[in-house]
Amino acid sequence: MNEGLDRHLLGLEGMSREGIEQILDTAENFKEIAKRPVKKVPALRGKNILMAFFEPSTRTKMSFQMAAKRLSADTYSISTGMSSLVKGETLIDTVRNIEAMAVDMIVMRHGFSGAHRFLSRYIDKPIINAGDGWHEHPTQALLDMLTMRDNKGGFEGLKVAIVGDIAHSRVAHSNIFGLTSMGAQIHICGPYPMIPMELEKLGNVTVFPTIEDAIRGVDVIMMLRIQLERMSKHLFPTSREYSTIFGLNRKRVELAHKDAIIMHPGPINRGVEMEPDVADGPRSVILDQVTNGVAVRMAVLYLQMGVTQ
Amino acid sequence: MTGYFEKLMVMGEKEIRRALVRLSSEILERNGGIDNLMVVGIQTGGAHLANRMMKIIEKSEEKAPESGLLDITLYRDDAPMLKAPQVGRTDLDSDLNGKKVVLIDDVIYTGRTIRAAMDALIDFGRPKSIQLAVLIDRGLREFPIHPDYVGRTVPTAPDERVEVLLREEGNKKDRVIIYGTDENAPAKKEEP
Repeated sequence: MNEGLDRHLLGLEGMSREGIEQILDTAENFKEIAKRPVKKVPALRGKNILMAFFEPSTRTKMSFQMAAKRLSADTYSISTGMSSLVKGETLIDTVRNIEAMAVDMIVMRHGFSGAHRFLSRYIDKPIINAGDGWHEHPTQALLDMLTMRDNKGGFEGLKVAIVGDIAHSRVAHSNIFGLTSMGAQIHICGPYPMIPMELEKLGNVTVFPTIEDAIRGVDVIMMLRIQLERMSKHLFPTSREYSTIFGLNRKRVELAHKDAIIMHPGPINRGVEMEPDVADGPRSVILDQVTNGVAVRMAVLYLQMGVTQ
Repeated sequence: MTGYFEKLMVMGEKEIRRALVRLSSEILERNGGIDNLMVVGIQTGGAHLANRMMKIIEKSEEKAPESGLLDITLYRDDAPMLKAPQVGRTDLDSDLNGKKVVLIDDVIYTGRTIRAAMDALIDFGRPKSIQLAVLIDRGLREFPIHPDYVGRTVPTAPDERVEVLLREEGNKKDRVIIYGTDENAPAKKEEP
C-alpha cells in the first residue's frame, strides 16, 4: 500500500495517478462513516495531529478537525494570533517545539508559498498542506476531483472550465496539476493579469478570452472566489465590472454541456463570481464538495499516517 | 505468496457447496427462519460466501433475509503495523437494533478479525445477538471467540496459510488450500 504517496502531502504537482486514485478510492469508502449513528472509527486512535492555521480558515480547518476526530485522532490547534510567532519565534522553532511534544502529523495552512516544503526539510513527521500562499491547496483539489468523479465517472477527456483569478488561486493550481495528470482538459478564463504566463505549456490547458468561449460544451464549471483580500486596485477595478465580464449567470450556464455541474471552492461572493440562482440551482454541487471534503481529508490523514519515511 | 508451497487441498467445489448449504440450514434452524435475521459478510472473502448463502436461504424460505457488508480494516488492532491497509466498502443500511446478526467469514484464525467486526457492528446499533459462521476453522485462537457454525475444522500450524479461493475473485474453481513454507514437510492428509 501507499505506493505513489510521498511522506508529506505538499501539493498535487508531480503526484502520480496511482497516488491520486488511492486517495479518491479510500475517500469513497470513508463517505459511509458520516451516515452511521456513531460517526467514528478507531483507525487513528492515540495519534496526535496538530492543526496549525497561520491564515484564517473556517471550513478547511473544521473539515480537517472533523476528519481527524472521525478517525479517533486527537487534535491540537494553533493559529497566528495565539502563537508565539507574534513574539518573534521562527516557524521552524515553533513547529520543532510542538514536534518535541510528540505530535504524529502536522496539518498546516500558511500565507507563504512553499512554507510546507521548507518545513519538510526540518521536520520528520508527515506535513499536510492545507493551503500555502498562492501555491497549492491539494486537499481542496482532491475533494473537487472526488465530486467530479461522483458526477461524471472519471477524468479521461473530461472538460473542466476554471474561471477567475488563476494566478492567485492555490485551489486552481492544485486542480490544474491534479486534473491534467488524470487526463482532463482544462479551459481557463479570467482577467488577463490574473492568468499565469505560459500556463498552456503544462499541456491539456487552454486559455480562452471570454467566459462564453471557455464554458462552451464543458462538463464542469469551476468558479473561483475573487480574493478581495489579496487584490490591489491595479488588478481589480470593481466587482460589478468583474461580474459583468466573468460572472456566471443562468444564460451563460446554458452554453455548457446540458449535464454540466457547477462548482465553487467557497466562500462565495454572491453576485460577483456567481449569481445566487446559479449557486443554489439544480446543477450546483457546491455543498457536495463540502461533504466530500471531510471524506477526502479522512483518506489523506489515514493514508499519510501510513507512509513510512 | 513467495516462499509458500501448496500442501493440501482441503475442500473442492462440491465440498464448499455442501458446507454452505449445511451452514445455511443450521442458521435457519437455530434462528427459526429469517424473521429478525440479518446476514453480514466480512469483506472480502466472507462477503462472497454471505452472498452465496443468501441465495441458498432465499431458495429455501422464498424470501431473502436482510443483509449487509462489513469492512473491518479501520477496526483492526494491527492496522498501525500494516501501514494504512486498503479500506473496503461497508454497507449496513438497515437498522440492526434488536436484530439477530449472523457474521460470515471465510476463515477464523486468531479471532482478531471477529473482535474487530463486533466492535464495528456495535457502532451501528445494538443487535439482539451476534452469531458467527465460518467456512474454515483453522484453530490457533488468540482471543476467547468461538464460531457458532463451522464448515470444516482444519488443524494448522502458525507458519501455514489457509486460502479460500473463490470464483468471485477470478479463480477458475472454488478451492480451499493450505500452503506451507517447507516444501519437504509431509502434508497432513485428511479424509474429506
